[in-house]
Amino acid sequence: MAPQLTQFSILSDADGIATLQWDMPGKSMNVFTDTTMAELDAVIDHVAGDPAIKGCVIVSGKPDSFSGGADIRMLNGLAERARENEKTQGADESNRLFFEESRRLSLLFRKLETCGKPFAAAIHGVCLGGAFELALACHFRVVSDDSKTRVGLPEIKIGIFPGAGGTQRVARLSATGDALLMMMKGEPLKPQAAQKLNLVHAVTSKAGIVQRAKDWIKAGGAGLQPWDQDGFKLPSGPVYSKAGMMVWPAASAILRKETQDNYPAAKALLQSVYEGLQLPMDAALRVESRYFAHILKGQVAQAMIRTLFVSMQSLNKGARRPLGEPATSIRRIGVIGAGFMGAGIATVAALAGIDVVLIDRDQVAADKGLASADKVMAGRVAKGRATETERTAFLARITPTADFSALADVDLVVEAVFEDPAVKAETIKKAEAAMPASAVFASNTSTLPITDLAHHFSRRPDFIGIHFFSPVDRMQLVEIIMGKETGPKALATAFDFVRLIGKTPIVVNDARGFFANRCVLNYLLEGHLMLHEGVPPAMIENAARMAGMPVGPLALTDEVAIDLIHKILKATKAALGSKAVDPVQEAMLTSMVETHGRFGRKNGKGFYEYPEGAPKRLWSGLSEFRTRALDPDSIDIAELKHRLLVTQALEAARSIEEGIVTDPREADVGAILGFGFAPYTGGPISMIDGLGPNRFVALCEALANQHGPRFLPNAQLREMAVKGERFYP
Amino acid sequence: MSDAFIYDHVRTPRGRGKPDGSLHEVTALALAAAPLSALKGRNRLNPALVDDVVLGCVDPVGEAGGNIARAAALVAGYGIGVPGMQINRFCASGLDAINFASAQIMSGQQQMALAGGAESMSRVGLGASGGAWAADPAIAIPAYFMPQGISADLIATKYGFSRADADAFAVESQKRAAKAWTEGYFARSIEPVCDVNGLTILNRDEHMRPETSLQSLGSLKPSFAAMAEQGGFGAVAIQAHPEVEFIDHVHHAGNSSGIVDGAAAVLLGSKEAGVAAGLKPRARIKAFANIGSDPALMLTGPVDVTKKLLKNAGMTINDIDIFEVNEAFASVVLRFIQAFGVDPAKVNPNGGAIAMGHPLGATGAIILGTALDELERTGKTTALITLCIGAGMGTATIIERV
Repeated sequence: MAPQLTQFSILSDADGIATLQWDMPGKSMNVFTDTTMAELDAVIDHVAGDPAIKGCVIVSGKPDSFSGGADIRMLNGLAERARENEKTQGADESNRLFFEESRRLSLLFRKLETCGKPFAAAIHGVCLGGAFELALACHFRVVSDDSKTRVGLPEIKIGIFPGAGGTQRVARLSATGDALLMMMKGEPLKPQAAQKLNLVHAVTSKAGIVQRAKDWIKAGGAGLQPWDQDGFKLPSGPVYSKAGMMVWPAASAILRKETQDNYPAAKALLQSVYEGLQLPMDAALRVESRYFAHILKGQVAQAMIRTLFVSMQSLNKGARRPLGEPATSIRRIGVIGAGFMGAGIATVAALAGIDVVLIDRDQVAADKGLASADKVMAGRVAKGRATETERTAFLARITPTADFSALADVDLVVEAVFEDPAVKAETIKKAEAAMPASAVFASNTSTLPITDLAHHFSRRPDFIGIHFFSPVDRMQLVEIIMGKETGPKALATAFDFVRLIGKTPIVVNDARGFFANRCVLNYLLEGHLMLHEGVPPAMIENAARMAGMPVGPLALTDEVAIDLIHKILKATKAALGSKAVDPVQEAMLTSMVETHGRFGRKNGKGFYEYPEGAPKRLWSGLSEFRTRALDPDSIDIAELKHRLLVTQALEAARSIEEGIVTDPREADVGAILGFGFAPYTGGPISMIDGLGPNRFVALCEALANQHGPRFLPNAQLREMAVKGERFYP
Repeated sequence: MSDAFIYDHVRTPRGRGKPDGSLHEVTALALAAAPLSALKGRNRLNPALVDDVVLGCVDPVGEAGGNIARAAALVAGYGIGVPGMQINRFCASGLDAINFASAQIMSGQQQMALAGGAESMSRVGLGASGGAWAADPAIAIPAYFMPQGISADLIATKYGFSRADADAFAVESQKRAAKAWTEGYFARSIEPVCDVNGLTILNRDEHMRPETSLQSLGSLKPSFAAMAEQGGFGAVAIQAHPEVEFIDHVHHAGNSSGIVDGAAAVLLGSKEAGVAAGLKPRARIKAFANIGSDPALMLTGPVDVTKKLLKNAGMTINDIDIFEVNEAFASVVLRFIQAFGVDPAKVNPNGGAIAMGHPLGATGAIILGTALDELERTGKTTALITLCIGAGMGTATIIERV
């Protein structure tokens, strides 16, 4: 008797081979839900129990994908139920229930693997996470040789790891080093790459995958995995062997190198494989489940899942797009300023299929911008990520010109001209005269208030800021800046544009530095002050990276350019007075720029030296800036790390209090995407919530006592600490 | 509390730790038995007086497994009445064996014991006993595991010893060892290893290269740079000591301890035991200590344990006439000298493991015996013996000539 199914359909052919088609109603992509698990369980019983069924091929009914994996909200649901259980049944029982529930998927796959009948997965399109773990539990895997087809285990990217048998099966199919690399990176694999790693058995045409799977069953493919057979040999031999000792010590070291030991899931993954490979499969899966439950409950996983998955998805789907605003149509844009940023903006627009009018003061300058855009495209072609045909079409979409009248039919104008109020004012006026009366004007300024710039534009509601980060083609974040009079249509247009070019927008209210740069400037300042205090420069940089920042503050100052930061400092001082800048930092940067002529990477010297063909090294002349040389063994590294993260988190909290950022999700997503704020925290606001505002406030006050009033927590934080409130509900 | 006296010391010469080393044909058991047999013979020792045999062995597996001390004592003719125990505190095992046996005697629970160590690195292999320390992420990650040579390079970087410094130290070790051998300073303690016919298999430390110069060392490539880079260990080192920007890789085979085969033992006893055996004491075990130290630096234990030991013993560094600091790597000893500001002439005056080799479980006993011989030769009184230890530990012992 075939089971009652809503997500699957099952049909046997004349040879007794069943085809199980997975097609979730109402969803464009299959994902695992509780219903999926229940139905799959019934299917396994059915296939195993019916003597007429020789084996089963699993295929997706979706045209372009197999499955995206488990519904992540299911995992959050687990955590919520655990919290409730703790209240009603106590900690021990809640713990036990959590463990049982979080391994359901793993047990289900093990049941499939050992039910006695052969299962084959026929995969076309993406097959990721829990879905690939399902495929790994099948006895045969065939994938289509299609450009859309990818298999992989990306769980590590959101702070968990493949806990439904993925670690144990990949480690029994591939050499240990390859297995660990594949799961630690979490990148999706193309068909050939997956086959090279022994993770799939066959690659064939999209039309042929089901038949190939059936052929395998017909030819006698057994429902028995290699690791359940006698005499099974691990691909890399026993863990405790000469070969094992070549891999395992390095694996721990490389984990430290890549993660600074900030990611519990990476450690748990390593531990699962290390311990699991020394056990028979059932015990190994149990060990994997123990670590998985432990990670799932942990703060890092919860914060990362929230920010990097749930919040990012909400923001991308339009959580902050004004309700009721009709969809905008952006087919042609004008970019004014063909320099580094302007060319970058033109590039990403053209890549998304948008026509671009690229304007600069003369044709030569405009052509240079096109050439820059072409350089990016040429790089892609060289890497095999684009074809020459695509490149030609791309170039045809960009029209470089000095003639503003070319803006007559654009849907949106983005200006990226020189960061000077007079230059911008002239640009805005010229553009307004030429562009359609319905088109929106956006400025890419990073330092000038949008509200002020809008004064040069008569249609104030149609004036907005769209702040890109550098390099434009690689940075995911865009800040959309609302001037005082910016209207919902402009916001909707900006939002739609950012989504069209595949980036993630956060909406920020107009203020100096907007959001991201405020936080970054605080980070840089802290590094400069540490240098002044006598912290060894290498220690500052290493502490920053160990805290989870991608680049140390001294290196970042060099990347952004010392003279640019110096300029910003001077402008801030001019606008807000000397109290607004730190005199130690000002003196340091002035000396670097004016006395030493060191501007950073751009002129080959900054806080670092940039020798040809060798890695950069900290400049020995930095000793000039320190007041004393502290004994490194006397310095508390944890405190350095705290200072570097807290100074950014405080700025994020202030931004929320001041109404610059109105949604904590945007502060968190913005911080991670915009400047790589320690992703394991889930973002600065998640970090504060994770500690709890009262502990965070106490930490700030302790730092303020040691290091000065810049660490004093703002009023809203103090209030939250007193009331026991958090930013997130 | 009783005194524990050192009555005698014997060590085998050290054979190269490779298949072409002279002691490669000698079983680990025979090697371990050799000094025990020699001590019995030359002291006309009545085994009935011996309460225990404690031997250090760091890779006690295969033929060296299963408590080699008991077997070695039997083979050396001590009879069934003398028990044995093999211990392992890595590179200091030979000294720890002496300390343990001394503690038994000082507490009055034992009267006489033999203690030392044995290691056949050419037959068993370095690291043959495995262990979770390097491989299990549960310990490797929090303890900042790195291969020892990288820790040694980290010490050199952190404390400012250059390649030139390390090489100069190595040259000096070779010079001193060569002189000591030539002048016969070791004659009393070295017992040649012989075959069943009494023919000599080895009678001198064959790892030595007396002609070593700064030039000959200068051409050697650093041994641990590639491993640090590809294995990720460089990053581990920097995360443990983040004031370091780049590690200066200064160590190579020429300025690191040699891998060799060797064994050694000392005869320890109370005053009464000595009288009963008709023996004159040569020195007293004055004090000893153990310590845990920074596992990332791994090899700085000698500094920490010496501070502890001097404090416990109510002594200062100036009270010590001779130091034996095991030359696991040049930077280990350079750091010791730097930390205490001692006169380098007093440290390893007859060379060390860089020249003569480090048979892991035995070295602690070898260098104690070397210190004892030097005290007698020079008429000095007090020596401190210390070794760095894998996983970040230190052991030290002070002996006083009587």
